[in-house]
Amino acid sequence: MKRFFEKIVEGLLLISGSITSLTILLIIIFLFKEASGLFKTPVVEEGYVLAFNKENPVKHLNSYQIKQIFDSEITNWNEVGGNDMPIEVVRLSDLTNYYTEEELGAEFEHIPAKASELTAKTPGIVLFLPKQYVAEKFDGTLLDHETIRPGDFFGGKEWYPTSTPSAQFGLLPLILGTFWVSLGAILLALPFGLAVAVYLAEIATMRVRNVLKPLIELLAGIPSVVYGFFGLVIIVPFLQEFFGLAVGETALAGSIILGIMALPTIITVAEDAMRTVPRSMKEASLALGATHWQTVYKVIIPYAKSGIMSAAVLGIGRAIGETMAVLMVTGNAAVIPHTLLEPVRTIPATIAAELGEAPVGSGHYQALFALGAILFLITMIISISVEFISKKKYAK
Amino acid sequence: MQNNQKKRISQAIAFTLFKLMSYAVVAILILILGFIISKGIGVISWEFISTQPEEGMTQGGIYPAIVGTFYLILGSSLFSFPIGIMSGIYMNEYAANNRVATFIRIMTNNLSGVPSVVFGLFGMALFVNTMNFGDSILAGSLTLGLLSLPLVIRTTEESLKAIDNTFREASLALGATKLQTIQKVILPMAFPNIITGLILSIGRVSGETAPILFTVAAYFLPQLPTSIFDQVMALPYHLYVISTSGTDIEASRGMAYGTAFVLIAIILMVNILASVLRSYFSKKVKMN
Repeated sequence: MKRFFEKIVEGLLLISGSITSLTILLIIIFLFKEASGLFKTPVVEEGYVLAFNKENPVKHLNSYQIKQIFDSEITNWNEVGGNDMPIEVVRLSDLTNYYTEEELGAEFEHIPAKASELTAKTPGIVLFLPKQYVAEKFDGTLLDHETIRPGDFFGGKEWYPTSTPSAQFGLLPLILGTFWVSLGAILLALPFGLAVAVYLAEIATMRVRNVLKPLIELLAGIPSVVYGFFGLVIIVPFLQEFFGLAVGETALAGSIILGIMALPTIITVAEDAMRTVPRSMKEASLALGATHWQTVYKVIIPYAKSGIMSAAVLGIGRAIGETMAVLMVTGNAAVIPHTLLEPVRTIPATIAAELGEAPVGSGHYQALFALGAILFLITMIISISVEFISKKKYAK
Repeated sequence: MQNNQKKRISQAIAFTLFKLMSYAVVAILILILGFIISKGIGVISWEFISTQPEEGMTQGGIYPAIVGTFYLILGSSLFSFPIGIMSGIYMNEYAANNRVATFIRIMTNNLSGVPSVVFGLFGMALFVNTMNFGDSILAGSLTLGLLSLPLVIRTTEESLKAIDNTFREASLALGATKLQTIQKVILPMAFPNIITGLILSIGRVSGETAPILFTVAAYFLPQLPTSIFDQVMALPYHLYVISTSGTDIEASRGMAYGTAFVLIAIILMVNILASVLRSYFSKKVKMN
């Protein structure tokens, strides 16, 4: 009886232990299920179709081409693989330019017939039409089965999730924004982080260390939204003044805040690594006449190399995933940045800023889950590479 | 001789530089804390922490946000503490070094690296939409609970690991079963460290914003929740809202400083409490 009870308890403990693994599994399922829906979403806005003339050899357009056509950046069919023929863009509201109101009918009941007729007689037409106005026997090519392709997402240069007739879900500006902000953060944080780690592990007296260590932990405990607020009222105006910018909300502001936030991770991991250096190695170096500083950079740092690498990688991971602080200070312009002094938008900030407005199940919603999936993959790669780095150390 | 002097000078330069950089980091911390505290303390009054926001959140207090954050801390702790402690016990006492434990440990590490906004997405997809909890305390607490789970597990595991094996062996040798050993010997000994870790995880939960954005947080909700299926306001989200998208950002700056102050105060109290407990318990252990 007692043994049976013990078995039950052990089973309960095992179940609790498996919750984290289960959560990871569920995160993967939910993120990737919603994300894959993106590639089943039509390129053209929900409830609408694009129609071409039957004679037009162009039968497919990707989402970026559609946007350029409707923005009059592409004006000839030969730019999208068709004949040399100007493109004539017609929206529903433009029909009144071709037909009188009587011809369209008092209740617009003749629109389907007229739309079909107009498409048949205009060789260069691209007609943007709500589905309900498509006649049963439509005289033209309908572009209604086209879906967003992986190339549109992974290679897309523009992120305009609400643009019509074709929303733009281009990953590039967001991933570059994330990259720039994180790179800046780690370049700022790494020298300081390592300096503090060396100081705490090697130079500081026990008493100083006992004061500094809790302070560094406190730095890790400050909520990201407080960092964001601090950045917004102090760092952003400062940068604006200092560089004479139109707006202070820039990638650099994000990098500074993220650099501060990544510090505790870098310091803790690197210091722990330096502390694992065997005493005998240090003493051997000192006994050979090396100064303490020579011992630090010729013995301790090389020995703790893998730990220092882990520290850098974990710091980057912290920076890439950080949401609120970045959202508050980077200005959130979804354009490909060229310098650190421009507004950028990172992947996590995009999710946080837009998920509230994206209707559940829409292409926009799915695109945000796709961003989440990418973020998840990046952090998984980081966790696994840290695991790998620290394993390698023990193998040696 | 000259060489020796050169070496000594380069050491002095390097070490001074490291020292200065370390103090610079501390200075940053003090700057941030000092700024928030000096600007926020003037805003704090009994009225500020006990009344509703008014006039488009430029006047009044933050009472509903304090209550909301309290409920979220409570809800997420109810979920993550028991499960986290139990997983920690399983990993250290039952599966110390076998493959299952290694796997769980890797997964727990991975989970702790997942960005908080991904938890928000996941919580929205699973709890809000699939399980139909809606934007609610329940959904938010579960999301926050999952987020803090790796921290609780690691704390528990490390506290248990610190206990010398001789205690386990002594108890088992006296005829106690494994469960009795854990219950009567190991857990009481590990308790102080576990508690300290749990308190720190509360600090983490109270400041998280991204996971609650889409699972529970309300922009403005002047009444208190009546069930776990209600939305609530929360301190970190409130700070985000009034500092970026309030109706009148300049006029609500005072409220923002006050809210930031309360958040920082919670974090400070949590950290101080944890270190007081830590030193209190470690003294007690030494006296025994």
